[in-house]
Amino acid sequence: MQAEDRINDFVVQIATVNGTGSSSANTLLMKAIFRMGIPVVGKNYFPSNIQGLPTWYEIRVTGEGYLARSSKVDIMVAMNAQTYAEDLASVVTNGVLIYDSSWPRAELEDRSDITVLPVPLSKMCNESFTGARARILMKNIAYVGAIAALIEIDRDVVRQLLSETFVDKPNLVDSNMQAFELGYDYSQAEFNCPLESRLVPMDAMTNHIMIDGNTAAALGCVYAGATVGSWYPITPSTSLFDAFGKFCKQLRQDLETGEQNYCIIQAEDELAAIGMALGAAWNGARAFTATSGPGVSLMSEFLGLAYFTEIPLVLFDVQRAGPSTGMPTRTQQSDILAAAFASHGDTRHVLLFPANPEECFRMAVSSFDLADRLQTPIIVMMDLDIGMNDWPCPELTWDDSYQPDRGKVYSAKELSNMDSFARYLDVDGDGICYRTLPGEHPKGAYLIRGSGHNKLGGYTENADEYVEVVDRLRRKFDTAAELVPEPVTETLNKSSCVIVTLGSCDGAVRETRSKLAADGVQTDYMRIRAFPFSKSVVKFLAGYSQVFVVEQNRDAQFCNLLQTEAGVSVDKLIPILSYGGMPIACEDIYGPILEKISQGKAA
Amino acid sequence: MSFIKKPRITKGLPQNGLGLSIVDYEGAMSTLCAGCGHDSVSAAIIQAYFELEIEPHRVAKVSGIGCSSKTPTYFLRPAHGFNSVHGRMPSIVTGANAANRDLHYIGVSGDGDSLSIGLGQFCHAIRRNVNMLYVLENNGVYGLTKGQFSASTDVGSTARKGGAVNQQPPIDPVLTAINFGCTFAARGFSGDKQNLVPLLKAAIQHPGFALLDVISPCVTFNDHEGSTKSYAYTRESERTTVYADFVPRREPIETDLVQDVTTVTLHDGSRIVLRKVDDDYNPFDANAATAYIRDHQEQGEIVTGLLYMDEEAQDLHAMNNTPTTPLSALEPSKLIPGAANLAALQKAWR
Repeated sequence: MQAEDRINDFVVQIATVNGTGSSSANTLLMKAIFRMGIPVVGKNYFPSNIQGLPTWYEIRVTGEGYLARSSKVDIMVAMNAQTYAEDLASVVTNGVLIYDSSWPRAELEDRSDITVLPVPLSKMCNESFTGARARILMKNIAYVGAIAALIEIDRDVVRQLLSETFVDKPNLVDSNMQAFELGYDYSQAEFNCPLESRLVPMDAMTNHIMIDGNTAAALGCVYAGATVGSWYPITPSTSLFDAFGKFCKQLRQDLETGEQNYCIIQAEDELAAIGMALGAAWNGARAFTATSGPGVSLMSEFLGLAYFTEIPLVLFDVQRAGPSTGMPTRTQQSDILAAAFASHGDTRHVLLFPANPEECFRMAVSSFDLADRLQTPIIVMMDLDIGMNDWPCPELTWDDSYQPDRGKVYSAKELSNMDSFARYLDVDGDGICYRTLPGEHPKGAYLIRGSGHNKLGGYTENADEYVEVVDRLRRKFDTAAELVPEPVTETLNKSSCVIVTLGSCDGAVRETRSKLAADGVQTDYMRIRAFPFSKSVVKFLAGYSQVFVVEQNRDAQFCNLLQTEAGVSVDKLIPILSYGGMPIACEDIYGPILEKISQGKAA
Repeated sequence: MSFIKKPRITKGLPQNGLGLSIVDYEGAMSTLCAGCGHDSVSAAIIQAYFELEIEPHRVAKVSGIGCSSKTPTYFLRPAHGFNSVHGRMPSIVTGANAANRDLHYIGVSGDGDSLSIGLGQFCHAIRRNVNMLYVLENNGVYGLTKGQFSASTDVGSTARKGGAVNQQPPIDPVLTAINFGCTFAARGFSGDKQNLVPLLKAAIQHPGFALLDVISPCVTFNDHEGSTKSYAYTRESERTTVYADFVPRREPIETDLVQDVTTVTLHDGSRIVLRKVDDDYNPFDANAATAYIRDHQEQGEIVTGLLYMDEEAQDLHAMNNTPTTPLSALEPSKLIPGAANLAALQKAWR
């Protein structure tokens, strides 16, 4: 069978062993494609381990700009002997497998429907470089070279990237380039270059950057003016605090005095991490923490306290596969209900659902404004796929006229002109009360408590006084519904069926809709960006007879929330679920939706 | 709980340098049991802040859960208070202190709140040397849940009802604190206000984490014969080793105290004055202090006083090199790097 040309539309997967330094080589490969103006995404499938276990890096070249994972592998670079068999099996018909033929492997020849390309990577690098570590690292760069020749990556782009990476160590540019050329020249000499799957430069990536969501969210925290960050290390949220620390050092340190206009505290556990953020926020700083599902479980106690005492707080939940420890390096959206109602009693929280790193940046900033405005925790629901993978997005922009919205806080001056102050009076009728900061003024003092309190802030066990406060909290939540980001909708087709989704499902859903449209199936679209649901969400969904809800968990948690909190009839709701821990792909959605739609037509 | 409002009569009362009388440092009427040691501690706290002439609204008082954690309501009415959740007071104070270094922080806790559910946070706040006064009102019993043993109950101590005898070794907060690098560890007795007030004053002014473990008997559940945290037992067994006091800047040290005293000068020129009873006791040597406390414990003695201090250690802010202006008071212009920086930063991601 003759392979068809696949211009700017294929997947390269690299199978390696973790801890061998392959990630910088993989990034180089992806970045080079990005620099050629071609949309590309990288997904890292790594083990919960430091060294020695299999890891895969998947680069999807997508001229159409689809940002989801593709479930097919066109070109496999099989560098890990442990996984040769499964890597061989995962290549599509007419695909290509490249492997290190320093040790020839006859068993790799047992698929006649693919092309196997042996490259003696170790042998070449051992001859050209000295030192065990250098040889391993250069072998990685050499496979980048081998692929580059096969798919037509511009050599100058690679050299440029290397010179930027090693700006302080120019000799490394030459050695890396040498390794790159070993692979490149070998492919050119031995194989028919280029392959059917290959690149043609585009200009689709002008004014774009490659960034992961954790980095973008951390940057958002800096730009929101957050000064206190407390955290406990947990995959996949750790890199958010790594990035926050790096940016603060770069942007928040006084050059003359060395003073740091921020305080980052690595706590003893998640309980303390959120407690510190809460203490700082109570005391007037913009403060936040970041964690993943197991941390949310531990933080529930303080989330309840923050809700009931009405303290602004920002929490990033970079979700991973649960339950319990689950799969720490696999993605899911399975904390939706746990986060929405975290803690005992009648507690509910405001959630934001960013869909990509750019939104992580924007929503990080707005989460602090919302927290201050609503005086309650705002939980930014990210996931491992957004948080840790590199996504192409439009350059981040900033409006220098931005002023943080600190919400309703009485200043010392205002307090001095007042007869008296009480904490929980709904003076504006929106459920949001005025607060005061410790130390500002004697008249502003009150004792904040997680125990039952009345509208004056005093301790109470009186039914009426208690109900008055919790009912007002419920009204505040209704106010929240009107302040949170509106959904993104597309109704070009005016179809009777709509696909509803959230967060990182966005790319896969968009791709599915195009594919369905090509089949003549029209679907409308709504990506919900926050909980509680605004009136517009409820109104929009009322117009459809079939509501597909695409999400990444087993129990259709978002679907349930739409039923109970947006009043969508259960008869209309059709959950489409992906929860194996891999980022959701178009293939996970397209088939099930098409099937349901044709069933509906047949009936 | 009590519904009685405290009378507020200030006429004729002495005033401190701020023109405030002791009533300005009081709080609501206590709802604890009559005779509770904690009420004496609250009274000593009121006295200490009054005498130190600290503006009451510049204090932040934080607690966890338990009888002791109720007490911030009963002192310093003009101060913000935070009655948080069980065992988590240290993290709240740590964050609050990080945000605003200019306030005085007092955390009030008990032996249940600090030594069981909150032991982790207690130890780690010590390690961070958070500048705060940590008052541990230690009665060796769970009062609010009616009389269970706590982690500070001594071996052999009996329960008031049912005759149970505690067999698990106690956690001594002072020894624990010294072990974790606490920079000020003291023990007092709620029934000994004369010594407690000066200890509190020294602890408040100490520029780091100051633990004050106060044996504070529970009249309802742990004041019987057979208890080692009763008034009678504590009075009998207390051995004050180092008396401490705080002397403000510029005020001379009274001559009759000069003999046998050690003064520790703080950065602002004020001093903590130590008067040792045992000549060979060295409150600046953690190992020696630990051994001394242990030895006397074995003899059935409760060693009180300022038992260990280290004025040189860096506090949370020094370790983080934060500015003297509180982080919560920094203008957005100091914090938000702006569009130009954002554009420059993104070159690396192209």
